[in-house]
Amino acid sequence: MTRETVTVYVDGKPVSVGAGESAAAAALHAGLSYTRTSPVTDEKRAPYCMMGVCFECLMVIDGVPSRQACMVKVAAGMRIERQIGARELG
Amino acid sequence: MNETAEAVVIGGGVVGSAIAYGLARRGVKPLVLDEGDDAIRSSRVNFGLVWLLGKGDGMPAYGFWTRRSADLWPEFARELKDFTGVETHYVKSGGVSYCLGEAEYGTRTEIITRMREQAENDPYEARMIDRGELIDLMPRVKFGPEVLGASYGPHDGHVSPLNLLHALHAGMKRHGAAYRPLTPALEVRPLAAGGFEIRTPKGIIATPKVVLAAGHGINPLERQLGFDVEVLAERGQILVTERMAPIGLLPANGVRQTAEGTFLIGTTNEEVGYDTSTTPRAGAAMVRRAIRVIPALAHARIVRTWAGLRTLTKDECPVYEESSQYPGAFLATCHSGVTLAAIHASDLADAICEGRLGANIEPFHSRRLKDQ
Ligand SMILES: Cc1cc2nc3c(=O)[nH]c(=O)nc-3n(C[C@H](O)[C@H](O)[C@H](O)COP(=O)(O)OP(=O)(O)OC[C@H]3O[C@@H](n4cnc5c(N)ncnc54)[C@H](O)[C@@H]3O)c2cc1C
Ligand code: FES
Repeated sequence: MTRETVTVYVDGKPVSVGAGESAAAAALHAGLSYTRTSPVTDEKRAPYCMMGVCFECLMVIDGVPSRQACMVKVAAGMRIERQIGARELG
Repeated sequence: MNETAEAVVIGGGVVGSAIAYGLARRGVKPLVLDEGDDAIRSSRVNFGLVWLLGKGDGMPAYGFWTRRSADLWPEFARELKDFTGVETHYVKSGGVSYCLGEAEYGTRTEIITRMREQAENDPYEARMIDRGELIDLMPRVKFGPEVLGASYGPHDGHVSPLNLLHALHAGMKRHGAAYRPLTPALEVRPLAAGGFEIRTPKGIIATPKVVLAAGHGINPLERQLGFDVEVLAERGQILVTERMAPIGLLPANGVRQTAEGTFLIGTTNEEVGYDTSTTPRAGAAMVRRAIRVIPALAHARIVRTWAGLRTLTKDECPVYEESSQYPGAFLATCHSGVTLAAIHASDLADAICEGRLGANIEPFHSRRLKDQ
């Protein structure tokens, strides 16, 4: 069976994933055991509901922070990064 | 199942729960009836301000009542924390209302002056501050160029409204109250010999004392108890951003940063009946204004929006009264149930406990609305 794949970069590491998958799925494929730390408790968190309701999957995607990775479809070359702690408003 | 209770509070929102907490603390063990997650419940969708600014324009008694609640809040928050372990995140930080441009500054100055004149002892102690003073108060915040100043109230503050509700529920139960979700009062029947029977889908409850604090659930039940207060709905929309590092922002009525780092941006005043949908147009307008105040907010990501329905009376001031027709039946509703939670749990609960709403509560009788 052939399936279209794309290459994305999870914390800098290239990973090949199915074209229709979400960025959160790609992060899990890449073996990340957590995808962010809580800005309130510093606990490690990972995608939970995979359907857009729990907000546990917030990641930095193509430089944009706090995106719900489970709701973002992968694209070739996408950069998916762990989000650590609270961001500064600047 | 039929049962009896020392008192029944209809409505487990922040108003009913604060009263129930106060009653239970005094040893009257109320039974609290509430609906489920599909109900209209402003207590779970509000902005979380403990707010004096602008309260009681035209009704000084409301200003003093609010001020007393603000004075009670610090000890109340400590008590809830010690007794329940729930941190409400209450801070008496002082609060501001930003003025963008000369016109807004002028209008706000007029309001502050007028309210000062109405209330002889000035419960708000609010004053106008200029841009320089704003920056002194919040040295880390970079304000937009249009921010000329603000009105500033030293007694204002903010709290997590959900933690507050959680603490009240935990506290009232620990003091011996019973909480019954998914158990609406369907009918309230005054008995000829005194006392009441309340019908729920799960049975009948007999009680000598009933407090109707059901928010938008008041209108369908009140006539059975001899009340005639119209609770009106006003929609308020709120947006919330991702959590960000604290910037040392004082709470304002359009924007505040919560203890957990999110920015709440609000809110609208819309007359749309019981419609709780959000609109992109209102969201965009609120965000635009917030960015004029703090331009860096443009980089914060909005993660959610929602709308709630305020519980308003015609003059936007609280109504507390005992039924003249059926003594033992009380009604309580207000526009700022978070702000007033501390005084509802003490002065109001005391009065209901004693069965007499005294001179401090008398001005809030709904007869004032009939005279208008
Ligand atoms: C957008 C918005 C922003 C706000 N911001 C603030 C703020 O910053 N500060 C502030 O102080 N206030 C604020 N408020 C107002 C505040 O939220 C309300 O004053 C307060 O929540 C009212 O509480 P309540 O308990 O009377 O009503 P509700 O929270 O509506 O609770 C009523 C309860 O009664 C239950 N009920 C209804 N009918 C029945 C029945 N027949 N039997 C049993 N139970 C029943 C309902 O299910 C509900 O749980 C805001 C409101 C809104 C909408
Ligand atoms: S995993 Fe729940 S919102 Fe993304």
